[in-house]
Amino acid sequence: MQLEIDGLPVSVPAGANVAAAIARVAVDAHATPAFRRAVHGGERGPLCGMGVCFECRVRIDSRDHQRACMVLARAGMRVQTLA
Amino acid sequence: MPEHYDVLVCGAGPAGLAAARAAASRRMRVGLIDAHSRPGGQVWRHDLRFGVPRAARRALAAATRVAHWLGGAQVVAAEPGELLLERADGAARVRYQRLVIATGARELFLPFPGWTLPGVTGAGGLQALVKQGWPVAGRRVVVAGTGPLLLAVAAGLRKHGARVVAIVEQAPAARVRAFAWSLAATPATAVQALRLRLSLAGVAYRCGAFVAAAHGEGRVQSVLISTPHGRLQLECEQLAVGYGLVPNVELAQLLGCRLDRSGRHAVVATDARLRTSVADIYAAGEVRGIGGAAAARIEGRIAGLAACGDEAAAVRLGAAQRRARRFAARVARGFALDTRLYALAGPETIVCRCEDVPLAALAGFGDARAAKLATRCGMGACQGRICGDALAALGRYAQPQAATPLFPVQLATLSDTSTDSLPNTSTEALR
Repeated sequence: MQLEIDGLPVSVPAGANVAAAIARVAVDAHATPAFRRAVHGGERGPLCGMGVCFECRVRIDSRDHQRACMVLARAGMRVQTLA
Repeated sequence: MPEHYDVLVCGAGPAGLAAARAAASRRMRVGLIDAHSRPGGQVWRHDLRFGVPRAARRALAAATRVAHWLGGAQVVAAEPGELLLERADGAARVRYQRLVIATGARELFLPFPGWTLPGVTGAGGLQALVKQGWPVAGRRVVVAGTGPLLLAVAAGLRKHGARVVAIVEQAPAARVRAFAWSLAATPATAVQALRLRLSLAGVAYRCGAFVAAAHGEGRVQSVLISTPHGRLQLECEQLAVGYGLVPNVELAQLLGCRLDRSGRHAVVATDARLRTSVADIYAAGEVRGIGGAAAARIEGRIAGLAACGDEAAAVRLGAAQRRARRFAARVARGFALDTRLYALAGPETIVCRCEDVPLAALAGFGDARAAKLATRCGMGACQGRICGDALAALGRYAQPQAATPLFPVQLATLSDTSTDSLPNTSTEALR
C-alpha cells in the first residue's frame, strides 16, 4: 500500500506501522530517519518501539502527537515528521 | 451503556492470552484489551515476514476465538469496575466484574552520552520495529545491553538481513559462562540457546563490555565500547541497547493495588492465587516482576482460573509457576547490572528526553517531585516512564506515581464521555 511521508510516496506491506514507513523513506534517501524535534531543537527517532517513550510522535492526517510505532500504515495516509 | 465483562483482561501477551482463555473455559464473558492493534504482546509480536512461533499461533488463535478482542485500545483512566479506553475512533468505557492485569513490561534504558541520537533504540525496541517493517537489510547494527534477549534480538535482525557488528553484553564472561552451564538443568532451554548461538556464528559476543557513548552527526554513526581489554570504536547505522525490563505497574497502581519492590523498580504484589490487594483484581506475568514468557503463560492461566473462582485448578499450577520463576531468578542473577552503567551519563547528557533535561539540572533536588517542579523532568508525554525508570535504576529518585490520564489523551476522549465519575484528569502531558 502507498502512503505519503512529508510529501514523498512510499510503499509498505500490510501490517507495517508508520514508523517503518518513515524509516524506509529515510533509508532510501540515505538520510536520517528523524521523527520529531525535541524541546531544544534536536532531532529524535523511536527509542522503545512499543508505545512507551513517545519519541516517534508525528502528525498523521492532520492529527498531531501520534505515535508512529503504534499506528498501522494505511493507504493514502499523509504523515508529517518534524511537525 | 458500556460493554460489561465477567472477566476483563488488560494486556494480550502470553499472560493475558492465557488468562482470557482460562476464564473463557469457565463460561465467563471475557474481554481482552491491548494498546496494540494485534494481540501477542512484545514477545509474540507479529513479524510481517516470519509470523509468530507455532506455540504463539495456537495461543493467539485460542484466546481470540473465545474472548472479545478490544485491540488498539489504550487504557487512559480507571476506577473500581470500569476502565476508560481511547481508540482511534474515539473513547469507550468498559465495565468488569473481575480484572486481570497482564500489562507486561517495558525496556530499561540507562542514559549515556549520545543516547538521544536517531538510530539509537532499545534492543527489544529495534526488534519490535523490525517486526513491523523497519528496514535493516544491509545495515550495520550493534546490539548491546544485557541478557539472553540480546541473542534473540541479534538473531532476529540477521534474519531480516542486518549486519550485526557485535553483541555487547555487560555481564562478565565468567558469569555468562556459568549461566550457560546452568542451562543443562533445563535441556529444552539449553537447546534453544545453542541454536540461537549457532545462528549467530561469526558475530562477536563481547562480555564484560558496554556502550560508553554513541557518536554521529544528527544520527548514530559509531559507538564507543568499553571492554575488559580497553576501548573500542565500532561503526554502525543502528545501535540497539537495552538493560533488561521494568514492569508496567501504572494501571495497577492507579487502581490502588499494593506494590512491592524488586531491586529498584516496582512490581505488583499478589498472593499465591495472584489476587492483588484490591478485591477482584488479579495480576499475572511480568507486571509481578520479570519472570519471562513461560512464567507469564502459567500465571495467566492461574489468574484466569482464580478470577472464575476455580481456585483448586489455579493452585494445582503453583509448582510449575514456581519452577518458571526460579529460572527467571537465575537469569536475573547471571545478568545483574554492572554499577559502572549507572555512571555513564555526564552532566550534559539528557536524562528526560521529553523535556530535554540534562543530568546536571537535577543537582540539588532531593526527590523526583522537587526536580519535576523546577526542571520539568518527567513532565512530558511519556509521563516519566523513561527518565523515571532510569533515575530509579541510578538510585537518584523513586519511580513516579501513576496518575490519570495514564497516557496523554486527545481532549475529545475526556469531553466525549460523561466524566463525572472519573477522577480529576489533566492534559498537561499533551504538548
